[in-house]
Amino acid sequence: MTALLSANDLCLVRGDRCLFRSLNFALNPGELMFVGGANGSGKTSLLRGIAGLLDFATGHVTWDGRKILDDYQLFRSEVVWLSHRVGFKDELNLIENLQFESALRASSMDKSAPVIERLGLARLTDLPFRYLSAGQQRRVALARMLLAKARLWLMDEPFTNLDKAGQGLVAELIAEHVGSGGLCIAASHQTVEIAAPTIRVML
Amino acid sequence: MPPLLDGFLAIIRRDLLLAWKRPGDILNPLFFFAMVASLFPLAVGPSPEQLVLNGPGVVWVAALLATLLSLNSLFLSDFEDGSLDQIILSPQPLPLLGLGKAAVHWFLSGLPLVLVSPLIAMTYRMPGEVVGIMMLTLALGTVSLSLLGSIGAALTVGLNRGNALLSLLILPLAMPVLIFGARTVSLAAAGDAVSAGIYFLAAYCMLALTLAPFATAAALKISNE
Repeated sequence: MTALLSANDLCLVRGDRCLFRSLNFALNPGELMFVGGANGSGKTSLLRGIAGLLDFATGHVTWDGRKILDDYQLFRSEVVWLSHRVGFKDELNLIENLQFESALRASSMDKSAPVIERLGLARLTDLPFRYLSAGQQRRVALARMLLAKARLWLMDEPFTNLDKAGQGLVAELIAEHVGSGGLCIAASHQTVEIAAPTIRVML
Repeated sequence: MPPLLDGFLAIIRRDLLLAWKRPGDILNPLFFFAMVASLFPLAVGPSPEQLVLNGPGVVWVAALLATLLSLNSLFLSDFEDGSLDQIILSPQPLPLLGLGKAAVHWFLSGLPLVLVSPLIAMTYRMPGEVVGIMMLTLALGTVSLSLLGSIGAALTVGLNRGNALLSLLILPLAMPVLIFGARTVSLAAAGDAVSAGIYFLAAYCMLALTLAPFATAAALKISNE
């Protein structure tokens, strides 16, 4: 029985520095992997590698028994990505930004109202995205994850820029997602308690 | 898996909306085009023979440079704000998304050039039927330039000041468009047959339309590492 997401013998080289080698993990539905480590230890690179955005020097990641790049389009429909560059357009408002996302992912905007409400963004829907604070922008990125209906959440520093309540909310959302059979890989230098079966990896 | 054209249409809709909210980006290349083309007669002298002789070349060079000028920003803002990550990771075929970006680029920079060119042509004393030929060559040529340019823009998006490199990469591919475009208009002005040049431009345009989206997609993945 192989795990849904697994990595064999990953080694990542950036420039002439080897960030990590012989990294293995296996992740099943209902599990969270928490990647810790100091700044520059390769957390973001690991996540980008798992997403298929950059190549590992050796090793590969498999999804459902197949290398992710062999059927990359299928893998991409299962994954949603959160990073410090939130990937929304400054000129568009929150709804327009999310509409573009849902069109890309062929998900519907029907359930967007409760999600926006829950994330505390209800009063901000008409503002251009650039007027939102960094923390509010992160919350919009969380809305994308909730609307995307992807099984695998890749989160790079999910707690950055968020206040205490926001951090608690992220932990709660991850726990819910994992609890309902999702997978999550979160990389952070902060440790926040998340009520979910957790695999810890230190880089 | 979402239907094939969803992402293509979504990115067109978004980029048009964005352009609507920052109109300066469209007007810049257009002003550049109009300025170069209208300053030229002032510099070389307004004698009618010269204007008729130089007109096609000047219009075409101005169009090429104006297109190059606007290409640099094609993927830049998407790269900087992280949208490119999201686009690459969306379950849409990346070549179609690249094609969507190129289509919007043409619609907002190529098409306005084609539409404004008759005004410029008037200052160069082109007769009506030559203006028609010129618009046709410009339309075919700017489509090719937008598509070829999207490859260069994708390759240079991660580099600071990739503009010079972008021009260097694209110019060799753009040369046939410039040569055949300007020459066809000259031939039309001289009353010669023009179909060969137009066929060539159309063929080149089709070639770019078929191959460029795939090259753009590959380039985007490389530069977004």
